[in-house]
Amino acid sequence: MSVGRIAAVVRKELRDYRRNRFTITTTAIMPLIFLISPTVTLLRVPASANAAVVDRSVGVTSLLLLVVPAVIPPIIAAYSVIGERDQGTLEPFLTTPVRRDELLLGKAAAAFLPSVTVAYAIYLVFALVVRFGAARAVGDAVLHTPQVLAQALFTPLIAVWAIWVGIAMSVRARDVRVAQQLATLASLPALGFIALISFRVLTPSVPLAVWLALALLALDTAAWRAVSRMFDRERLVTGTRARRSTRVS
Amino acid sequence: MPSPGYREPTSPHADRRPRDHGEPALVVRELTKRFGDRVAVDAVSFSVGAGEVFGFLGPNGAGKTTTVRMLGTLVAPTSGSAVVAGLPVTEANGVEIRQRIAVMTENPGLYLRLTVTENLEFFAGLYGIRQPHDRIAAALAAVNLGSRATDFCGSLSKGLRQRVGLARALLNDPAVLFLDEPTSGLDPVATREVHDLIDGLRERGVTVFLTTHRLEEAERLCDRVAILNTSLRTIGRTDELRERLFRKTLLVTTAAPLPDAARVFGSLRAVSRWQPSDGRPASYELVVSDARLAAPAVARALVAADADILSIAEERHSLEDVYLELVDDDVEASAR
Repeated sequence: MSVGRIAAVVRKELRDYRRNRFTITTTAIMPLIFLISPTVTLLRVPASANAAVVDRSVGVTSLLLLVVPAVIPPIIAAYSVIGERDQGTLEPFLTTPVRRDELLLGKAAAAFLPSVTVAYAIYLVFALVVRFGAARAVGDAVLHTPQVLAQALFTPLIAVWAIWVGIAMSVRARDVRVAQQLATLASLPALGFIALISFRVLTPSVPLAVWLALALLALDTAAWRAVSRMFDRERLVTGTRARRSTRVS
Repeated sequence: MPSPGYREPTSPHADRRPRDHGEPALVVRELTKRFGDRVAVDAVSFSVGAGEVFGFLGPNGAGKTTTVRMLGTLVAPTSGSAVVAGLPVTEANGVEIRQRIAVMTENPGLYLRLTVTENLEFFAGLYGIRQPHDRIAAALAAVNLGSRATDFCGSLSKGLRQRVGLARALLNDPAVLFLDEPTSGLDPVATREVHDLIDGLRERGVTVFLTTHRLEEAERLCDRVAILNTSLRTIGRTDELRERLFRKTLLVTTAAPLPDAARVFGSLRAVSRWQPSDGRPASYELVVSDARLAAPAVARALVAADADILSIAEERHSLEDVYLELVDDDVEASAR
């Protein structure tokens, strides 16, 4: 595998995103929606609220913030293959020496960087506003080390899952919008475990967070391998799947 | 089939002969591709010498693009074999083959939100070119686009985009360059520019595999052509194909109809058959074995018969005639 080729894909993708008005608008507006609601919710928690209320409110808002890395990447990743096909660039791209995994990792990394940057930025803004604007107990709960670690740890893991789902949809779908919508829906189950913790169905603890992170990591790796198997040059170019025995790398 | 018509006996490339092309750049044996029950390419065999400009002709749906995709390792053959730039087409060799070749698809496939240079930088990165800027500058200079390097591809005309596509195809200094309908949709000026570029590639010794259904393009540019209609119908130099498919004919035009044409032409040993030319009262078609030997004898016979000669010319069959002869046969066969 060539790091240079992966870097070339990442560079090209980032240049293209930067000038794609639809991608820019969506990645800018959608996180704001997920920022405003939890921030307002926590700002409205009274200083007199008991610990259970504070915990529940912070749990729900943390979950909402983790939706950001689940919904932004599919918007970008779902465009990655079908977008190339739509603009007629896929076949010239595939005639180069780029390997399947180089192409996929390049596309994934290019979707990962802006998605995770936006998700962390949103969390930072949220944390600062709550710290200085909300009741002290709420601010303390939001900046409680396990909360911060959970955000820091799960944001990239959820984003990677969402990216592979997005690319998988992009490989199979025939329309960019359909791929984006399906990918966004399919990314949400990754939040299931987080939801169980946020609503205290599972008791949060460091070992649980570690196990959960490892599970997500395994899921992300499995998703990469699955997408790699789905990526068939012949099918992408002709619409017909090559027989397994005659597939081209 | 349209009338062959009267043509000048010489053309700008009539004396073109293939150079010594050495080791073949492409060897294709019984290459076949099926999509389900449909046969797209059927047992095609040919070879292309290094440095040759090879035309691959055929109607839409004949299998030209599928053949290019198989040779470019985008599509796996159902059966048969091929060697491209010295490497057998196999799954294991896919990356190495793609490193040695370049494919310019019918649609140049540029990223319209990227500049010309950014597009080329991307592809240079994929080919692993370490210091790409000199190579990019050289490729742009080769297609006369140096002054448009910072333009966004979305702002370029179709002809200019095609040139950028060609520059991209030159980046990796390919051993074999596949050009799939490179002038499709271009105006005559842009078409001429692309032709000049291909001529330039010929001078540089690049092996060019040109698929087209523009016959005058193939005739103008290619050392040899193959005509494909799912299976390979014929292959050779255009003059060879003409000779193979058409009898040699002399076209004789006199100022007035000959009073006894049968006596004039029938007695000539060099003329195997003759007939009046359709719709031309003082014109005659003479089937001959060797036009160079027959023409002086015909001239002498006409002078002896007191005929005023306006012209004696060898009938020239174009590549279009060859193509239509072969493809029409297929259409008739499929209609039966």
